[in-house]
Amino acid sequence: MSNATPLLDVSGLTKHFPIKGGFPIRRTVGAVQAVDGLDFQVAEGESLGLVGESGCGKSTTGRLITRLLEPTAGTISYRGEDITHAGRRQLAPIRSEIQMIFQDPYASLNPRQTVGKIVSGPMEINDINPAGGRENRVRELLEIVGLNPEHYNRFPHEFSGGQRQRIGVARALALEPKLIVADEPVSALDVSIQAQVVNLLQKVQQELGIAFVFIAHDLAVVRHFSQRVAVMYLGKIVEIADRDDLYGNPRHPYTRALLSAVPEATVDDDGPVRERIRLVGDVPSPISPPSGCRFRTRCWKATDKCASEAPPLVQVEGNKPGHLTACHYPETEALVPARLSKNPEAAA
Amino acid sequence: MTSTDQQPFLSVRDLKVHFSTEDGTVKAVDGLSFDVAKGKTLGIVGESGSGKSVTNLTILGLHDPAHTAIEGEILLDGENLLTASPRELERLRGNKMSMIFQDALASLSPYHTVGRQIAETYRKHTGASKKESRDRAIEMLRRVGIPQPDMRVDDYPHQFSGGMRQRAMIAMALVCDPELLIADEPTTALDVTVQAQIMDLLKDLQQEFGTAIIFITHDLGVIADIADDVLVMYGGRCVERGTKREVLRNPQHPYTLGLLSSMPSLEGPVDVPLSPIPGSPPSLLNPPSGCRFHPRCAFADKVSGGLCSTAQPALDVVDGRGSACHLTLDQRDEFFADFAVSRHN
Repeated sequence: MSNATPLLDVSGLTKHFPIKGGFPIRRTVGAVQAVDGLDFQVAEGESLGLVGESGCGKSTTGRLITRLLEPTAGTISYRGEDITHAGRRQLAPIRSEIQMIFQDPYASLNPRQTVGKIVSGPMEINDINPAGGRENRVRELLEIVGLNPEHYNRFPHEFSGGQRQRIGVARALALEPKLIVADEPVSALDVSIQAQVVNLLQKVQQELGIAFVFIAHDLAVVRHFSQRVAVMYLGKIVEIADRDDLYGNPRHPYTRALLSAVPEATVDDDGPVRERIRLVGDVPSPISPPSGCRFRTRCWKATDKCASEAPPLVQVEGNKPGHLTACHYPETEALVPARLSKNPEAAA
Repeated sequence: MTSTDQQPFLSVRDLKVHFSTEDGTVKAVDGLSFDVAKGKTLGIVGESGSGKSVTNLTILGLHDPAHTAIEGEILLDGENLLTASPRELERLRGNKMSMIFQDALASLSPYHTVGRQIAETYRKHTGASKKESRDRAIEMLRRVGIPQPDMRVDDYPHQFSGGMRQRAMIAMALVCDPELLIADEPTTALDVTVQAQIMDLLKDLQQEFGTAIIFITHDLGVIADIADDVLVMYGGRCVERGTKREVLRNPQHPYTLGLLSSMPSLEGPVDVPLSPIPGSPPSLLNPPSGCRFHPRCAFADKVSGGLCSTAQPALDVVDGRGSACHLTLDQRDEFFADFAVSRHN
């Protein structure tokens, strides 16, 4: 992180979805605490990964940043400008700089529009007329994302899932955004196609210098794509760090459990066995999350302190600057040092 | 299998499953053979449309007979399933073989309690009384790790979480102690921590009951965790098979190699791009000539005479290990060496 104003600055971001009930007068009887007090920054050209299990609030976070949802509390600043509750008019110029890529390449493209129309849509809405005309610009974009510009007049159903996701990327790039929120952009794709799209996004990020908030549940994909990673659990960030610190030296028990649960396509019967932590039970309901530390109900280190006091997200002892952990009893040993030493590049 | 001192429990020979559609014949499975022994797990890997699910629906006899042409032989404990009557199949299903599906919510009836659905299967196959079946259902729910099974047995599926539903499905599939369990992407819809729980559960139950398991997945990581033997499918055919160790450590088919190198990993270098397989999976309506993988294969031009696009490579299996590729073994050693270096340094 630099000392200059970050591109995106989120502080105390909270979203509670009210639950209505009762008859004949419907009252708010509770709230789903989807996101509860997030603080993070995204620098220009940086990619921040958001990982966590379903229901941890990572998609809600993406929708809050893009202002598709109205935050309950907290602030979102874009280039130092508070946009938390900005109206349509104030948002208009910013909207074109923050774009989104969606998970489902089938549902996120209008089946009745041609590719040309889909990709030029954002330009039309924002009344942008690039030099050389919109059609030229669309063909250029199609070329960037690895599609044949001749396919300008085709419809989405003529493309495979991976190609459709490329169309989604082209659409997100149409307005030359500064920040793209990508919500599970590759999880609906086959393994061989997934790698194609990840490479494309990486190329786009590096060549065009676009900042990403990359939301995914696949820890390996996030590691590959994001320089910084935040791990979420039940609406809170439990750990945020640079990639190498988070994967090599996770301090929060949940981060460790999550990493140890990822099955790896290696047969390791002659090397050291990877640390195995099996969590019991399921994620508690976000309607009435546990008191104190939200992870305590599944944590093997939990004590009375964890139930009464929510651990703050701070740089715990032994962490590098920028590595924040929300835990009363952070792990102290590096993750499976023997295994990592087998891979010298991983530590570098 | 590597050691064949016993008769395989399930044996599939040259299975062909073709669907007739308005646009022509879809060759979903085209000449597939494999064996599964008791107490062993066969992992079937492949992308969407590779024919892995169709194979298993055919084993269970769940295909639509009006539009399906099947050739070959499926022997379950010596009994040919393809010539079995619907009634016989019904007896075998649940009793001798059973299945876990990917989407547990869609596979459970929302109108009946979880306990009733498990108990019903048991009653139908064993003729047990209502009370016995209910006790059995509770016992099974306990076995798969549902807390307070005597209370939860009367819950409806929507009252269960995703992981619990999958556990309930497993309980239902195992209630009659089947000898063959087919698991079709059972953990794909689950979070990794829950996925790890479910895979541990399957492994425990297999040890306890000696069940033969066919585990279908697209995730090679899951295969590495659970399978003994691996079969890689592409375009309705088996392109490579062997033990998990052989296939993952020393892939012999360019497709397997491509799958392995397109996966990001939790360790190893990060600043190099992934090496994806170009193009997309073939249409089974009009599959490529010759080797079905040749339009996407990085090594197709290394084989002289354009053999890859004209002749279908044979799958030579020796001791359960084999791959269907025109490259000579020396060529593979040479071309695949980079891969070995980058992955297992």
